[in-house]
Amino acid sequence: MTEKKFMAGNEAIAEAAVQAGCRCYFGYPITPQNEIGEYMSWRLPQVGGCYLQAESEVASIYMVFGAAGAGTRVMTSSSSPGISLMQEGISYIAAAELPCVIVNMMRAGPGLGGIQPSQSDYFQATKGGGHGDYHMLVLAPHTAQEAVNLTMLAFDLADKYRNPVMILGDGNIGQMMEPVEFKSPEKPFVARKEWIVTGAKNRPRNIIKTLFLDPVILEKRNLAMGAKLREAVKNEVRFEPYMIEDADIVIAAYGTVARIAKTAIKILREKGLKVGLLRPISLYPFPYQAFAQTAERVKSILVVEMSLGQMVEDVKLAVCGKSRVHFYCRVGGMVPSYDEIVAEVEKIAKEVK
Amino acid sequence: MEMEMVSGRPKTLLPVPTHYCPGCGHGVIHRLVAEVIDGLGIREKTVVVAPVGCAVLLYNYFDVDAYEAAHGRAPAIATGCKRVNPELVVFTYQGDGDFAAIGTAEAVHVAARGEKITTIFVNNAVYGMTGGQMAPTTLLGQKTTTTTSGRASETAGFPIRMSEMIATLPGAAYVARVSVSSPKNVAQAKMAVRKAFETQIKGLGYSLVEFLSQCPTNWHMTPVESVRWVEEQMVPYYPLGELKVPKEEY
Repeated sequence: MTEKKFMAGNEAIAEAAVQAGCRCYFGYPITPQNEIGEYMSWRLPQVGGCYLQAESEVASIYMVFGAAGAGTRVMTSSSSPGISLMQEGISYIAAAELPCVIVNMMRAGPGLGGIQPSQSDYFQATKGGGHGDYHMLVLAPHTAQEAVNLTMLAFDLADKYRNPVMILGDGNIGQMMEPVEFKSPEKPFVARKEWIVTGAKNRPRNIIKTLFLDPVILEKRNLAMGAKLREAVKNEVRFEPYMIEDADIVIAAYGTVARIAKTAIKILREKGLKVGLLRPISLYPFPYQAFAQTAERVKSILVVEMSLGQMVEDVKLAVCGKSRVHFYCRVGGMVPSYDEIVAEVEKIAKEVK
Repeated sequence: MEMEMVSGRPKTLLPVPTHYCPGCGHGVIHRLVAEVIDGLGIREKTVVVAPVGCAVLLYNYFDVDAYEAAHGRAPAIATGCKRVNPELVVFTYQGDGDFAAIGTAEAVHVAARGEKITTIFVNNAVYGMTGGQMAPTTLLGQKTTTTTSGRASETAGFPIRMSEMIATLPGAAYVARVSVSSPKNVAQAKMAVRKAFETQIKGLGYSLVEFLSQCPTNWHMTPVESVRWVEEQMVPYYPLGELKVPKEEY
């Protein structure tokens, strides 16, 4: 039996993590995601877990490194400037193949920027961020319920691929209150972790490390990581097609912007325009194929982002010139309204005619 | 009665040659730590966090579970590990660049939290692995590849006394500074390491043992000259002894 609870996205993510078996949280306060740490500070002790407020995001991510290496499900959360500080540690975590979940409730940058919602960390999240060849798996919820589901999934994916997984939201997703329910997975994923650091009792010692001075060995490890990520690319692409079957124009948007696009689409359809939405849920791996197929029959794709144009590059890569890719953005913490999106689509519709 | 090994290679130290230079202090310090681990019978529940620096490969020598940290982050990794498994004995092994420069925030806060881990801090007043640059603990007037006329306080500031600083924190339960410059000092150093580990095992708080160690290669000295330099130059600025002991225990 599950019941619906009215919760803000940040708290919903924290509760989902606990229900997914997360028993350690390390973090440093930063707006607009403080509710995650605050929730964990009283919730984790209830289940015998550990909440620790670190001295910095740098320390947080290495505490995550230590706890993941000790075999527990562990997470941290932050917002853009704090996530930048974690990039070194994320690179080390990826290199050491440690499973963990990192939540980024994006705020506007660069620099201190502002505390209003933004999507300007797309490149950082999906293309690396830290040094070296690696990728996080990146999931972008557009409702509180989806944030719950994806958070639970994130812990499974982290264990399955021994890789950091990021939940990429923004201030809206974190602060907005919506009814959510928590459904425990039918078959909880239990990873075998014979590589963890628990004391070398009745077995050879385990070493969690990222230094491989012999390039022959390091190349082998890097290639293995590449193969692992290709496997994730094959299995873990997620997206939502919304009213695209008969659409002449398709909007591409994720997270908060995708919600607004859905409202715009309703208005546009009432006006007689056939408009749909292709919403990436996994930003890495990106749904290239879904966009390629859409481009086969749709003349115009409108990418709407709260960034100067980041995801649009992946859409262009997928579309490969087969349809026109338009772009509309609001930045600096400004959120596009559905009116703006309606106007943009109408402009494109006129051009097409 | 507990039997303590008086000769022979400690079980915790693997029978392999190390990469350390002749006359370097790391070999002796490794051995002391390994002897204490053997003596306390804790090898199977001990975890070491290796630093970035000359000791980065120490997991090749210690037969215990290990992490290799990013530069300066060993205390944070040790914290994550210890919070998951409080029954483990977790120690970081860090040089002066790691502990007193790039990792100062982690070093201070692991002590401030009273984290039940131990740090073996090896201070040789120079960056060894990268070829002899100035360290935060380089003495005034000391020549390094980045202070070729000797460290001047006007431009390069003053050497940092980590143990004194850490000892002011209530979370730090045991703090000692030792050296491996003579048989007597080696014996005292081993006692300090043992007390530090016992402090952790008893759950009394954070424990730190700072080793003054010699780096003949980057000091451009013979091993004999370098141990003399520890005693004549380093000890006056970094006095040896216990700075803090748990009240109820010793």
